Amino acid sequence: MKKVTNRHSISRTLLLAVVLLFSIFNSAYAQEGEGDSSQTEIPADAEEDSEGGSDVQGDVAAGKDLFNSNCAACHKLYKRSTGPALHGITDKYDKQWLYDWIHDSQAMVQAGDPDAVAIFEEFNKVPMPPYPQFSEEDIDNILAYVEQPKPEPKAPASAEAGGADKASGGGGGVSTEVILGVLSFVLLLLVVILFLVNKTLTRFAKASGVELPEKKKEKRTPIWKAFAQNQFLVIVVSIVFLLGAAYFAYGYLMQVGVDQGYEPVQPIHYSHKIHAGDNGIDCKYCHSSARVSKHSGIPSLNVCMNCHKSISEVAPETATEEYSKEFYDAEIAKLYDAVGWDVETQSYTGEEKPVKWVRIHNLPDFAYFNHSQHVSVAGIACQNCHGPVEEMEVMRQYAPLTMGWCIECHRETNVKMEGNKYYEKIHEQLSKKYGVEQLTAAQMGALECGKCHY
Amino acid sequence: MKSLFKITLVLVMALSLSSCFDEDHRNYEYFPDMYEPIGYETYGAYDIFLNEQEAKLPVEGSIPRGWMPYAYEDNLDGYDKAKAELKNPLPYTEENVNEGKALFTLYCAICHGDKGDGKGTLVEREKILGVPSFADAGRAITEGSVYHVMYYGLNTMGSYAVQTSEKERWQIDHHVMDLKAELEGNSKKEFLTEEEADQFRNNNARYKRVFGNTFGNNIEQNFDKEEATTKNDTTTK
Repeated sequence: MKKVTNRHSISRTLLLAVVLLFSIFNSAYAQEGEGDSSQTEIPADAEEDSEGGSDVQGDVAAGKDLFNSNCAACHKLYKRSTGPALHGITDKYDKQWLYDWIHDSQAMVQAGDPDAVAIFEEFNKVPMPPYPQFSEEDIDNILAYVEQPKPEPKAPASAEAGGADKASGGGGGVSTEVILGVLSFVLLLLVVILFLVNKTLTRFAKASGVELPEKKKEKRTPIWKAFAQNQFLVIVVSIVFLLGAAYFAYGYLMQVGVDQGYEPVQPIHYSHKIHAGDNGIDCKYCHSSARVSKHSGIPSLNVCMNCHKSISEVAPETATEEYSKEFYDAEIAKLYDAVGWDVETQSYTGEEKPVKWVRIHNLPDFAYFNHSQHVSVAGIACQNCHGPVEEMEVMRQYAPLTMGWCIECHRETNVKMEGNKYYEKIHEQLSKKYGVEQLTAAQMGALECGKCHY
Repeated sequence: MKSLFKITLVLVMALSLSSCFDEDHRNYEYFPDMYEPIGYETYGAYDIFLNEQEAKLPVEGSIPRGWMPYAYEDNLDGYDKAKAELKNPLPYTEENVNEGKALFTLYCAICHGDKGDGKGTLVEREKILGVPSFADAGRAITEGSVYHVMYYGLNTMGSYAVQTSEKERWQIDHHVMDLKAELEGNSKKEFLTEEEADQFRNNNARYKRVFGNTFGNNIEQNFDKEEATTKNDTTTK
């Protein structure tokens, strides 16, 4: 019985305790791995610093700041983005040309500079905004940052670290099983040893002539017969048994049709934890129709692309033991595939493959529910019904979504009156009638059958 | 030995029973007829549709209620034109600005920052880089350019026309211009009084065209007034 998750708490806690124990072991392993990788990375960084800024002089750190806040929206260092990759740009163009271009690129295009026109044409005539506020020193700093040698040695190091992580992560799954197996083997061995020791000892005893006290075998009435003869005991036991059976049968029947804990595998592994939790993106950013319509809406993929146009891979620190960076990157690639986004040319190919998301929350057809009424009018937090979604790596149904659950909340929750003229009159009348300051949803009529069933 | 065999048998049976339930599948239902609708359900999959997909785009040429075509094209020319001539049709009232601020926090602040300085959470966490400040001199944003970019998106920024309505975008626009003024160190504009706002609405052809004759957008506006404005519109045409 999986759905009555909250009722069998003992077995759950036990399981949890075991899992916790092993996860502690695992994280200990993983930490070792991380330590290794950071050590291997250090020399790579040092190398980079000593070589830094080949032929361009400038302050790399200042350049990085400027680059991140002004250029990075459209330019990446080694990859084509909205604009060209910037690494190696100083070899292609001379410095004065770059100064002029950055200060006002459109003026150069209009003046007919052949290089300027060529690059403008190549990038779909997307103009680069002018940056008259940059001094030549600022631009030197940016160029110095951009022209830092590509950190080659980092790749094998991180791959190694990834490998180590995988080994320990994968090992985590295996090691639990191995440890359990070893434990049971040891126990079995102990039993066998005890048996053998007992046998040899009795043999020794026999050989040395020690008399062992023999077990007396008396004729007793078998226990089941004694039990059957005691009618009171039979009645009590059968009552207890029937009550227990009824309890479990009731528990089972009551959870039929309740999908609490439903946690299907989605076609794309979308982590609410990373998006809503770590990055703090509001629920309504993606589920925007929850504000204004009955359905909260499964976001269309163009909403994903609002951010993932520029985020094509996750940061190394996003990876967890369970899910590696490669795994997450592959999931983003799935998104690109579905929406038809070509990373190389940074454009849509037009070949779309709709994603078949698995719907989790689904009310039966005979119940009416309106999101905007709860989200916008009542101002209830999404978490009230959907639980701590910002902590869920895999989305699941948190609330039972039963009628009893709806009604309980309607009885306890006060109607939000502030700034809502619609309620003014009825609030005045009803609060007088009930003699209360604050009306609950129930007093406002939220328990009437016809409000949700019609 | 026999009893041991029985115990293991019972254990195995219990295990196999309990392992039949898993979180990947929905639970059993009493009377599925009452749960499953006869009509097509939102986001459902049905054979009758292409790719079984119930969620579809509206038929080409269909116009949602309360929607007005946007006159500027999604190219440089359109951007420049919108930047130069497009003005906010909503009066600068406290209500509009507050709504705009709430929506800005919801949709824009995650990258552009609460102050519009380009330092939102995603930028601070180095997920998305290079978000410019609203006060950026090279861009010199205006009401029109802000709306244009919200409508179509620009470079890395995507379009927000899906998530917001026209009215909501103009409300956000008010707040963005406020933030720009703040970043540039200018003093905040004064809110229009109700009379001034009414006057603004009456004198503003675009407001009438967009918000004047759609139902539901403005509760206070009574039906007669709406009828009058639509009549006026048709006569002027």
